[in-house]
Amino acid sequence: MDKIKAGVFSSLSPEDMKTVAKRLRRHIISMIGKAGSGHPGGSLSAVEIVTALYFRVLRHKPLDPCWPDRDRFVLSKGHAAPLLYATLAECGYFPVEELLTLRKLESRLQGHTDCRLIPGVEMTAGALGQGLSFAVGVALAGRLDSKDYRVYVLLGDGECDEGQVWEAAMAAAHFKTDNLVAIVDNNGLQLDGWNRDIMNLAPFAEKWRAFGWHTVSVDGHDLAGLDAAFEQVRSVKGQPSVIIARTVKGKGVSFMENQVDFHGKAPNAAEVAMALKELE
Amino acid sequence: MSELVSLRETYGKTLVELGRGNPDIVVLDADLSKSTMTHFFASEFPGRFFDCGIAEQNMVGIAAGLAASGKMPFASTFAVFVPGRCFDQVRMSVAQPGFNVKLVVTHGGISVGEDGTSHQSIEDLALIGALPGFTVIVPADAVETARAVKAAASCCGPFYIRLGRPKLPLVFGEDYHFRLGKAATMKQGQDVTVIAIGIMVSAALEAADRLEQQGIDCRVLNMSTLKPIDEGAIIKAARETGAIVTAEEHLEHGGLGSEVARVTARHQPVPLEFVAIKDTYARSGKDSELLKKYGLTADGIEAAVRSVIVRKK
Ligand SMILES: Cc1ncc(C[n+]2csc(CCOP(=O)(O)OP(=O)(O)O)c2C)c(N)n1
Repeated sequence: MDKIKAGVFSSLSPEDMKTVAKRLRRHIISMIGKAGSGHPGGSLSAVEIVTALYFRVLRHKPLDPCWPDRDRFVLSKGHAAPLLYATLAECGYFPVEELLTLRKLESRLQGHTDCRLIPGVEMTAGALGQGLSFAVGVALAGRLDSKDYRVYVLLGDGECDEGQVWEAAMAAAHFKTDNLVAIVDNNGLQLDGWNRDIMNLAPFAEKWRAFGWHTVSVDGHDLAGLDAAFEQVRSVKGQPSVIIARTVKGKGVSFMENQVDFHGKAPNAAEVAMALKELE
Repeated sequence: MSELVSLRETYGKTLVELGRGNPDIVVLDADLSKSTMTHFFASEFPGRFFDCGIAEQNMVGIAAGLAASGKMPFASTFAVFVPGRCFDQVRMSVAQPGFNVKLVVTHGGISVGEDGTSHQSIEDLALIGALPGFTVIVPADAVETARAVKAAASCCGPFYIRLGRPKLPLVFGEDYHFRLGKAATMKQGQDVTVIAIGIMVSAALEAADRLEQQGIDCRVLNMSTLKPIDEGAIIKAARETGAIVTAEEHLEHGGLGSEVARVTARHQPVPLEFVAIKDTYARSGKDSELLKKYGLTADGIEAAVRSVIVRKK
């Protein structure tokens, strides 16, 4: 953990990375449990994706959150705010102790991310479907400014129901933003149920391909596989890349896994205790 | 305090009741049917329920097509997403052709609570209220919710009905006779009038009770039909009580307060005070904490009454 304190992330061993992921899961459970509301399912499913990004892939300086050359991470599925907050705190953007103020009156940790309040949050989110357009803008600005930063944006699969996602997908390919990488947390569930029952996305990878994106599919809980995917898309030129990460909603807590009811429901005290025990 | 009842649940169950009597009623949702409570209708009439996924613009467009073809669509999601996410679809595909689309939205205002700014709808009444031909209703309790939804189903044309997330105390008995476009007088009074909507109606009654004990005789009107607004009741209140306070869970801009100001300025200018959110976005917090922080309480109304009364001629 000293390495984390020093901001030297890329040298973390695979074991360290797993430890980080588990810590993030524990934070998510404790934060949402204490708040009494929030979205555990879609926060837990993206833990490895965000761990790989912040502790391996992204070029960033927690003590200099506005560093112009930083890689950008845009959380489009803003209801996974607890995951982003926990990650930023673990990286040293703000004190870990603050995490337990989530959703409380006067806390900086709003239910959905507010970029005016927290260092390291690039985008105000909460209404789904808007992050990819924003990320295209940030990517275009990087090109205009001759910067070599890269832009990463995390989408939910249900979020891809929104037409704006596909407008942005078309624009990103049209503008050849090869400094842009979208990651879809493909846990198969949205709010009312399974994607295939609510609004069928299939064939999903083919859609992205047809829109002109370099498309990679990975196991979204395999840190090494994610790492390799992020590395692979780095060399793609002339088109944006999307990593479709197959995940399990509620991953890591047995009674939350694949349970749509834990999309937007906080665990009660007993459930928090049980979950934390599983995550020891 | 009287019993707390969920407006959303009442909406969901009323839809089922209406659906049994009218096979042309169809229901659409945008991946929030468990929160808007349209899931009751979905389980009873699966063939007449369309979950459009997280795609509000598309949902409104589909509703317009259904309405144009003789169906009576009720489309629901959170108030931030309709009209927020699809204003032009509501404007062009529903308001301009005047289609028979019923938009019934939940989680209006700041009482949605911890989800924070992105989910707090404080501009929706201004946006929808600006659209010619729309009827806009903000019910004060579960009884009025059922009446308003049934009224919408019995009239042709676009409706917007805004409900909140929390359960609310009943302010009406089962004998309540809802009249579309008419204010309900909740309490008679001669010194000042409080005109309220939604969650603020019970707060207005509480404030009026307290003021009564201090010798201030406060009239309370529930202006649940925000559009077309009951101009007669506003003019009468202005004339008879000489001062008005409005109370709403919305921005001061473009909601109930603006409407009352528009009517009084033209017909019967009197001092006004506005209990509303003042040109800012709110924060995450418990509903009760937020209402207190932004002054949307009986205390807030009481203070507004005191300051407006001083300005009476
Ligand atoms: C525009 C919009 N419509 C509806 C919602 C309400 N909502 C919040 S999360 C969610 C489901 C999201 O599903 P998905 O994108 O798959 O996220 P995940 O399963 O990864 O949590 C919905 C419908 C919203 N936040 N924004």
